[in-house]
Amino acid sequence: MIEIENVRKSFGSLEVLKGIDLTVDKGEVLTVIGGSGSGKSTLLTCINGLEPINGGRIVVDGIEVHAKSTNLNKLRQKIGIVFQQFNAFPHLTVLENVTLAPRKVLGMSKAQAEEIAVRQLSHVGLGDKLGVYPTRMSGGQQQRMAIARALAMSPSYMLFDEVTSALDPMLVGEVLDTLRMLASEGMTMICVTHEMKFAREVSDRVAFFHKGVMAEIAPPAELFGAPKDPELQKFLAATH
Amino acid sequence: MFDTALTAADLLFLAKGAGVTILVTLISVALGTLLGIVFGVIRYQVGPWWAAPLTFVLDVFRSVPLLIQLVLANAFLGVVLKLRMSGFTVACGVLTMYTAAYCAEIVRGGIEAVPMNTRRAARSLGMTWRQDMTSIVMPLATRVALPSWIGLALGVMKDSALVYVVQVTELLKSTQILITRLQEPLFLLMICGAFYFLISFPLARLGGYLERRWTND
Repeated sequence: MIEIENVRKSFGSLEVLKGIDLTVDKGEVLTVIGGSGSGKSTLLTCINGLEPINGGRIVVDGIEVHAKSTNLNKLRQKIGIVFQQFNAFPHLTVLENVTLAPRKVLGMSKAQAEEIAVRQLSHVGLGDKLGVYPTRMSGGQQQRMAIARALAMSPSYMLFDEVTSALDPMLVGEVLDTLRMLASEGMTMICVTHEMKFAREVSDRVAFFHKGVMAEIAPPAELFGAPKDPELQKFLAATH
Repeated sequence: MFDTALTAADLLFLAKGAGVTILVTLISVALGTLLGIVFGVIRYQVGPWWAAPLTFVLDVFRSVPLLIQLVLANAFLGVVLKLRMSGFTVACGVLTMYTAAYCAEIVRGGIEAVPMNTRRAARSLGMTWRQDMTSIVMPLATRVALPSWIGLALGVMKDSALVYVVQVTELLKSTQILITRLQEPLFLLMICGAFYFLISFPLARLGGYLERRWTND
């Protein structure tokens, strides 16, 4: 379970998260929508401790993320994150990209890590790209590799930060299909996205962020069908 | 042109000088690169303020002519500290610091060229700072830094000609000794140049080879 309590975050004098309260249960798929600068991506990087916070607390499976005593490297093993940019390791093949962390962080043998990597890569449809360097692949393939790389650590939670925003429109579908598949398998996910159709289809709940505040959160039918927040009404009118 | 007084023994004498040049270069470039990596990582990691003293020292080694560094270091170690050190040791020490000073900048530039997002991705997988440095940053930074580093190594090899001021008879000094005796400066300098070329060529080619090998990714 991810518990977010009154989280505040500023970059300099700019407050990007103004007291967020949110709980994500095991197995839940939460999508976060909102305009640019609404703080939705920042929240994700705070959840796995890549960004410090200025107030409140985030607790993942009983462990407070930003407590001094928390071993972030250990905690991050159970929180996978995939970014907007694919962030492939360009000097490693697809297989090596995926086996690196299981070998270095979890101490797996090469054979063990490769077995898991091949399984995850096949799962996202890249079983035939093992020896290829990422720069030789399309954006969609690189993004699916990044998803497999995160999954190879067997995380309990997956965070997706606008994973289709940097993709050619033709390639968005293949990545969203991968996310749908994960959702159907029961993975706990928080997806920051601009894909409204996707949010409507896969989410258990949808949260709308506006200027650092979570303005509304509800199951998709309710949020899209009868939005209460005036800003959300404007946002939906603009994106439909 | 072939009417020369140069004997096989003289050629051997030059080859020995070349050996000293290679040895001084190998030691200085190896140690200087290791130190340069340490200094470069420190400079990148602690930020410009905390690194200021280190940056200053490295700047001194980069800006004062090597000849002056060698003479002053020799005098300081021998006369002031009263250390009994061979000229060879002093030469290697000064050239090591000289290499380290340049290498630190190359390393820092290489690290800065690694995209922050790539490093965040590594850390988000639970990798420690150290694992990120060794598995991601160093391989990627090396690709960026290699051409400059090859240039530095070749430069140090040629600059090592100056260590004659601390009584180390390397290739150029050996050549000068022969010139004084045989009075055939142009011919001897040509041979000396050929020796330098033979030493540099493999290193330059190694750089080209590695660059080609790394372009697949």
